[in-house]
This record gives sequence, C-alpha cells and structure tokens, in this order.
Amino acid sequence: MIKKLAITAVTALGLSTGGVFAAGGEQHIEDFAFSFEGPFGKFDQNQLQRGLQIYTEVCSACHGMQYVYFRNLADEGGLGYSEDQARAYAENFEVWDPELSDGDGDFRTATPADHFPANTAAGAPDLSLMAKARAGFHGPYGLGINQAVRGMGGAEYIASILTGYTGHEKEENNVTFYENTAFPGGWISMAPPLVGEDVEYADGHSNDLHHEAMDVSAFLMWAAEPKMMARQQAGFIGVFSLLILSVLLYLTNKRIWAPIKKRAKSGEA
Amino acid sequence: MSGIPHDHYEPKSGIEKWLHSRLPVVGLLYDTLMIPTPKNLNWMWIWGIVLTFCLVLQIITGIILAMHYTPHVDMAFASIEHIMRNVNGGHMMRYVHMNGASLFFVAVYAHIFRGLYYGSYKAPREVTWIIGMLIYLCMMGTAFMGYVLPWGQMSFHGTAVITGLFGAIPGIGEAIQTWLLGASAVGQPALNRFFSLHYLLPFVIAGLVVVHIWAFHSTGNNNPTGVDVRKDSKAVAEKDTLPFWPYFVIKDVFALAVIMLIFWAIVGFMPNYLGHPDNYIEANALVTPAHIVPEWYFLPFYAILRAFTADVWAVQLVSFVTGGIINAKFFGVLAMFGAIAVLALAPWLDTSSVRSGRYRPMFKWWFVLLVIDFFVLMWVGARPAEFPYDWISLIASAYWFAYFLIILPLLGVIEKPEAQPATIEADFDAHYGAKAETPAE
Ligand code: HEC
Ligand code: HEM
Repeated sequence: MIKKLAITAVTALGLSTGGVFAAGGEQHIEDFAFSFEGPFGKFDQNQLQRGLQIYTEVCSACHGMQYVYFRNLADEGGLGYSEDQARAYAENFEVWDPELSDGDGDFRTATPADHFPANTAAGAPDLSLMAKARAGFHGPYGLGINQAVRGMGGAEYIASILTGYTGHEKEENNVTFYENTAFPGGWISMAPPLVGEDVEYADGHSNDLHHEAMDVSAFLMWAAEPKMMARQQAGFIGVFSLLILSVLLYLTNKRIWAPIKKRAKSGEA
Repeated sequence: MSGIPHDHYEPKSGIEKWLHSRLPVVGLLYDTLMIPTPKNLNWMWIWGIVLTFCLVLQIITGIILAMHYTPHVDMAFASIEHIMRNVNGGHMMRYVHMNGASLFFVAVYAHIFRGLYYGSYKAPREVTWIIGMLIYLCMMGTAFMGYVLPWGQMSFHGTAVITGLFGAIPGIGEAIQTWLLGASAVGQPALNRFFSLHYLLPFVIAGLVVVHIWAFHSTGNNNPTGVDVRKDSKAVAEKDTLPFWPYFVIKDVFALAVIMLIFWAIVGFMPNYLGHPDNYIEANALVTPAHIVPEWYFLPFYAILRAFTADVWAVQLVSFVTGGIINAKFFGVLAMFGAIAVLALAPWLDTSSVRSGRYRPMFKWWFVLLVIDFFVLMWVGARPAEFPYDWISLIASAYWFAYFLIILPLLGVIEKPEAQPATIEADFDAHYGAKAETPAE
C-alpha cells in the first residue's frame, strides 16, 4: 500500500482522471454493491445459500471446487447451515475412495469431511479461489487507488462476466467463443451459464440475471475466503486494542520526557 | 562497549558477583539497554525497533507456517489452502507473514533513506552501513525465496524470470542457473532448496543484526545534527545524551504501536491488497501470466533491470566495446546489481565533511529528488515496457546512478555548508527552549 499510496502523492495528477481509465480500455467491470464489502461488511447468509444453489444446479456441471469441504457449509460466518443440513447436502455426491474394496477403491456417498468434487472435464478452471484469483479493479495508471477504495473486485469481476455477454459468437478451431465485455480480450469460451430464471429460489427472491449473478459471485467470494468474517473481527479487536495501547504509550512517553524538555526550556543542562 | 563514557553494571549481591566474574551477561544486557543515546533523535530513528520487531514476527509466524506447509510441487499450493482453511488461526498467521514481509521492507527503506539524509553512513559508521546492506541483501533473498513457496503462478514464473537473469551472464550463465535451481527449470529441486534457505536466512539476518547493533553501539548513534556526542567526561556526555531505557524504548514502542495499528488494519481488512491475484492460481509451467510483476519492494530495482534495452546508446556502446559479451540483457543485470552496489559504496562516494543533510543546502534538494526517483522507479517497474514508461524508467535509472556517482562526490567540493550547532545539547535546547512549543517527541 505504501508504494501505491506514496506514488499517489508523487503523481497526484492521475487522481482527477481516476475512474475513466480504471477499467483499462474496453474491459468493463461493473461495481456491484455486495453486502460483504468494506471493514463493516457482512456475508448475507441467505444470499450465500442461494449462491450455493446456483453453483450446484448450474456451475458444477463444468466447474469443480476442490478446496471447499462440505463441512464448511456449517461453518460460522458463512452459509449458516446446521451440521445435519451440511451432511444432507454432502450425501447428494458420490466420491471415489481408494481404500474401499480391499484397496481397489470404490465410490461411496460423500460425508461432510469430503471436499467438493474437482471437475476438469469441460476445461473449466476450479472455482474455489476464483474470487481471489481475479482483480476487477485496476489503476489508474498502476497506482492502486481503485483497489484501495473499492476493493480488489474479484466478486465484481465474476458477476460482470456472468452479466457481460453481448450475444455475439464466433468459432475458431472448432471452439465457440462468446463475446463478453468483462473478459480480457473480449471473447470467452464459456457459453453464457446464466440467462435469468435458471433456478427457482425457495425464499422467493428475485431470480433475474442480475440477482443470480450477484448471488453466485457472493457465494464464490465466501468459498475463496471462508474466514473473512473471523478475520475482520480479529481486525477490529486488534485495531481497538492497539489504539488504546498507543494512547497509553503516548501519555507515558510524554510524561517521561516532560522533565527533560522542561529543563531544556529553562536552559539548564 | 560504547565510546561514550557512562555508568556500568555493578554486581551487588553474592550471586550477581558470582555470575559476573564467570559470564558478564547481565552487564552486557545492562550496558546495551542503558547505552547513552543522543537526546535529539527524531521520529526517523524508530525504524530500527520496527525492523527488529518484524524479524521476530516473521520468524514466529514462519515457524508456525512451516509446521503445516509441504514443499512439494504437487502439494505446496494445497498446503497453503490447508493453512488458510483448516489450521486454527492459520489464515491470520499466513496473512501476517505475507504482509509482514511488506512491513519489513517499508521499514528498511525508511531506515536506509534516513541514513542517506542524515549521513549516518559516514565515518565512523561505515561498518554499520555495510552490515546493514548485507542485512538488506539477505532480506531480499529471503523474501524472494519465500514468495516461491505458495507455488502460485506468480511464484513460479517470477522465479523463472529472476533466476533467468543469471542465465544472462555470458558463458557460465546457464551453468549457474542450473546450479541455483538444481535442474534446468524451476521445479521440485528449486522449491525444496528455497524452502530450506528461506528457513535458514532469517537466522543469518538475526546474527547480522547483532553485529549491526554492536557496530553502532561502538561508535554511538548518529543524530539529526550529525554532530558528535561530547566524550570528555561522563558529566559532559550526559548533557548530550539520555539512557536508551526508558526514554527511547518507550518512544520507539509508542511508534511501533501506531505502526502495528495500521499494519493490523491492513491484515484485517485488505490482506491481499499488496499481493497479486495470479498467485491464487496454482503454478502451471504451460500458462504464462500476461504480466509478470515482482512484489512491490523489488520494483525499483526491477525497473532498473528493464530500463537498459538494446536501443539505448550506452548499451550499444558497451556491447560494441566488449565485442557483444555484454549484451542488453547482461547490461540490465549489471545495472540492477550496480544500483545496490552504489548504495553500499555511499560512505566512500560522499566527499562532504558535513554529515547531516540539514546543513547542506544543495544536497537537500538532490536528496528529495532521489526519494521521488525511488518512487517513480517503483511505479514504472510495474508498468508495461512501452512508451512512455521505457523513457521514464531510463531517466529515473540514470538519476539513481548519477546521484551516487556524480552528485555525491561533486557536492562535497562545490557546496558551502551552513553552520551546524556546536553541540547536541544546544540543538535540543533550541528546539524546546526558544520556541516553547511541544512537538510530539
Ligand atoms: C458449459 C460449461 C460451463 C458452465 C455451466 C459454467 N462454466 Fe464457467 N467456464 C467454463 C469454461 C470452459 C471456462 C474457461 C473459459 C475461458 O477461459 O475462455 C469457464 C470460465 C469461468 C470463469 C473464469 C473466467 C476467467 O477470468 O478466466 C468464471 C469466473 C466462471 N467460469 C464462472 C462460472 C459460474 C459462476 C458458473 C455458474 C453460474 C459457470 N462458470 C458455469 C465452462 C462453464
Ligand atoms: C526475514 C524474514 C522473512 C521474510 C522477509 C519472509 C518473507 C516471506 C514471503 C514474502 C512469503 C510469501 C508469502 C505469500 O505470498 O504467501 C513467505 C512465505 C513463507 N515463509 Fe517466510 N519470511 C521470513 C521468515 C520466515 C521464517 C523464519 C520461516 C520459517 C521458520 C518462514 C516460513 C515461511 C513459509 C512456510 C512460507 C510459505 C507460506 C506462505 O506462503 O504463506 N519465513 N515468507
């Protein structure tokens, strides 16, 4: 940050033209308003649950999520499932267990201790860390101001991809590419996975494209950073404690130096 | 230990005397803690404590991370995710260690530029300066190898680029690169040995830190005036100094608390701000990231490395004279190491007899320009190598060398220094006496 902020001071000129160049030309990342943004942000439990539903019903056909465990669904600061609910969800999956059938291996029903399946069949990247592996915001001019103000923008990037299809397609070497305003280069090989009303939400929440995209992106942010709420809490406790400590040390320091400074003022040694 | 006369430890009870005549360790600690310290030190003298704290912080968090980390190409990335997700408090350990490296470099750069401005590198503190440069080199080595461990895309491709620099050395380059990596490319042998060295080097740094402190305790601290402490007698020395404990310990710890507050806010609320998203993608030799960018603390020297391309006339000249042995790539490598070398040679390049920049009217401005230059290099090091950034990095690199090789030697001859205070005491009294204000000190 020091680098990025200090440079800011040096080239303050860049400030005024900030937002205009932020997206770096054609790539367009929309600044979705997520509930978990900023130091006071919180994951919205219901939104994460809806996001899991989309992930399960749509994305998991092509993508894997191998660093997330089923038991994580019952973790604090996340989806807020009970252990039974997490177990019931896990039981929808079959996993390969190399220890079954006298070491020959066999499939069995998943338990909460298993992780979400990996899935590379469609050549799609694993989504466990996607929300941290992309930055939605950049610049201006490499100064990092946008990321300081708006955050890294990983979830915004994913939501922008999902809503960024223009409807144009092209084919190259037997691969179909879809024009997408958020994807670097403008053409992505993922067919539009969401078009709106792809799933039916149990809580009756709006399932238009915009809301679906936000829900699954919020879920993927949680998947990438499941300890975010705990981390922010540790942040507050630490900052608050250090603030008190700083004040006490400031007063101590002042007190210790007072006689020395007084002597200097009066001109005695 | 110090050349400044002061009280020494007197063992009183029987057991104290017994120990003192066999191992004067308590005396050593006492003398270190009570060392006479110039009383006019300002806030730029706090960075030493911050650096010491960083080292301890990195070692403690690092040892805990190492308990859960696996240095294997197929497991390293997953073991980091294991730390982040399953290990109790593991996510905080890792974020503290990751951002701790950045804090370490913020502190070391502040510390180095403090030394450059107040002439702390000048006689008799050259040895302190050189030891400091060795610490800085070890820090860079440690941080570079640590960054390889999470085995992300930037880890992998960054290592390939940096070790590739050694490949630019004519003739023996490739052999050296293979020797460093333990193979012809970045892979298991490199990861394993980098982990081993990343664990080792911080303890080498700890040893160097002891020598660094020993060195400046032998000469005494420099101070913002650059004027020496009077050493005629204990009574006179006490007019210029105060014991380190409690005056400077409390002051330094206060500063440390404020810095930790900012640090903790970054760890808690934006822990990935200083990192690169690509490092959350597992290393893949077949996919090269669009932009390979080193960590911010390497950028100034990375910019110098990239500045000297084949179309720069100086590069062409050198290439011609050496019959092509020194090509643009090798020239860049030499420039990068040279940029650190001139920094280390500052004590012998600066010809001025006045230590502190405070009393050097011309030097001051060249110094400010150097600080700006450093930030410009840092910025341009992460920009694409195209117009106008190529020009900016060339000019900024040239200034870096000009400052040390031309301006520093020349200023000592042509500059007319201003009057310095007669004593540290006079400076301190003038600061608190006449103006009757209370700056936070
Ligand atoms: C029909 C298969 C398929 C489905 C369904 C699918 N994806 Fe993808 N996805 C892909 C492929 C293939 C890629 C690689 C695209 C590329 O790199 O051109 C991809 C890439 C991505 C990327 C990475 C883009 C980048 O920056 O590299 C994200 C994010 C993503 N998908 C999110 C999702 C989400 C969220 C869903 C569910 C709503 C989803 N995908 C459903 C096939 C799919
Ligand atoms: C001079 C002090 C040190 C510095 C500057 C330093 C720096 C770094 C850096 C930059 C990383 C990469 C962080 C990331 O991107 O994830 C790292 C990782 C690591 N370091 Fe250190 N380190 C230091 C000391 C130590 C020590 C003493 C140990 C062990 C005893 C250690 C163990 C590790 C381990 C296991 C990792 C991999 C985990 C991870 O990437 O988070 N470090 N270090």
